[in-house]
Amino acid sequence: MFALAITFSLILEKVILISVILGGSLGIAMYSTWAERKVAAIMQDRRGPNRAGPFGLFQPLADGLKLFMKEEIIPAFSSKFLFILGPSLAMLTALMTSAVIPWGPDIKDQAGNILINLQVADINIGILFVFGVVSLGVYGIMLGAWASNNKYSLLSGLRAASQAISYELAMGISLIALVMMTGSLSLKEIVEQQHGFWDGNYFSWNVFKQPLAFIIFLVCSFAELNRAPFDLSECESELIGGYHTEFSSMKLGFYLFAEYINMFITSIILSTLFFGGYNFPFMDQVQAAVPPLLFTIIGIAVLLGKAVMFILFIMFVRWTIPRFRYDQLMNLGWKSLIPLALINMLVTGAVILGFQF
Amino acid sequence: MDIQQIIFWTLSILTLGLAIGVIMSRNPINSVLFLILTFFCISAHYVLMNAQFLAIVNIIVYAGAIMVLFLFVIMLMNLNSDTEPQKNFLVQFAGVISGGVLLLVLVAALKTTLTGLEGKNIDLTQSTDIGLIKNLGKVLFTDYVFPFEIASVLFLSAMVGAVVLGKRDKDLKVINQ
Repeated sequence: MFALAITFSLILEKVILISVILGGSLGIAMYSTWAERKVAAIMQDRRGPNRAGPFGLFQPLADGLKLFMKEEIIPAFSSKFLFILGPSLAMLTALMTSAVIPWGPDIKDQAGNILINLQVADINIGILFVFGVVSLGVYGIMLGAWASNNKYSLLSGLRAASQAISYELAMGISLIALVMMTGSLSLKEIVEQQHGFWDGNYFSWNVFKQPLAFIIFLVCSFAELNRAPFDLSECESELIGGYHTEFSSMKLGFYLFAEYINMFITSIILSTLFFGGYNFPFMDQVQAAVPPLLFTIIGIAVLLGKAVMFILFIMFVRWTIPRFRYDQLMNLGWKSLIPLALINMLVTGAVILGFQF
Repeated sequence: MDIQQIIFWTLSILTLGLAIGVIMSRNPINSVLFLILTFFCISAHYVLMNAQFLAIVNIIVYAGAIMVLFLFVIMLMNLNSDTEPQKNFLVQFAGVISGGVLLLVLVAALKTTLTGLEGKNIDLTQSTDIGLIKNLGKVLFTDYVFPFEIASVLFLSAMVGAVVLGKRDKDLKVINQ
């Protein structure tokens, strides 16, 4: 009976955690759409959304309401089940990654016992889980594209699939170099290893130890996100709207929204793997000075702050760099990034071996 | 039955049902989707055996990469029931024979595995750590390093073959000029 009570409280804790994380991701994704329009407006010397609420802050709500109210159209001669499955899968895979991310330092009592672990599942293969979910992400696009029964959608689906597979390779190899250095696949451990900012001899964040891996990972995540400059699967001038040409109403909303959730999660992963996660300079002094709960909140705020920086960076890139041509995209992936990642892996291995002797 | 057995039987029935779905569905796209779900169930079996690394690699490699390519090819071919080629009797007969032979090989392999285990007293409910990445890596790079390297050479040769096949058309044009 006692064991059952513990299990029940654990399940309750995890359910609350999952709800907060999902709600938070959706909220941040919602306001990313607003931020994107504002960033675009600033970069093009316009005002952007400014009618709904102060600074146009209610614009995402208005957009959501509009999408809900639109007529739902399912094209004739298409597989209805797959047509609905496509956007649902896109949304599902976008939200799944958040399960393994350590969102903040553990909440501890005064004696140092861990009360609440701010990570839904601390599995020992965290990075691989993220990688697996990313590799499944392309199914949403492919199935939706095929089920649309539209040749532009199909072309877009094929582009998305080949792009995702090509860039997954370089992404994986760049991660191998990181994993070789940290010696762990658990995201929690990788974050703990980047404690503080300066570990006495060198910077503790991975971006200073693996700068090339970070750049390769960053470029590949742009490609996996289907974001400009690699948004060839939704390139308007060639493919109308790409894979979501035939979608309307909230099914279109799911595709658009999944992209923004992916953007948020990718930013979190980038900060977790390379920019120290919830670690920040002088964190030991801060931890000694403030109560534990406040310290955890500061940690979460630091992680979210880093993520917001990455989201803004991704948006700046979209409005700065023109779209690649398809052959340029493939050449960059196969002929530049993969050899670079392989060299980086070899050099990392050699350096690790050199330190052992 | 304890909870582990219940999960095992549910998963096994699900896996077999989905695998039957792969060969029974008329639409090749549905076939591929059933196959992806089958891989997920097999991964769940790995998790049940505490082999998380194998489980996630199974998903990354099979569900995430190979099946995407399958889907890719099938979408390009645009197969549906109207264009399905009519198979003649001889092809069907050959299919039955080769399938039966494969079944025989599999059953024979299974039988030898079971006879090898008879004498030993193995507690199947005991969880093992052999599927964790640390132990798997050690075994792979010490005891099984030779088969591992042979397999990599095999992959390399397959890759070279694919590149040669892809290049041939272009080179022929150059020769003709």
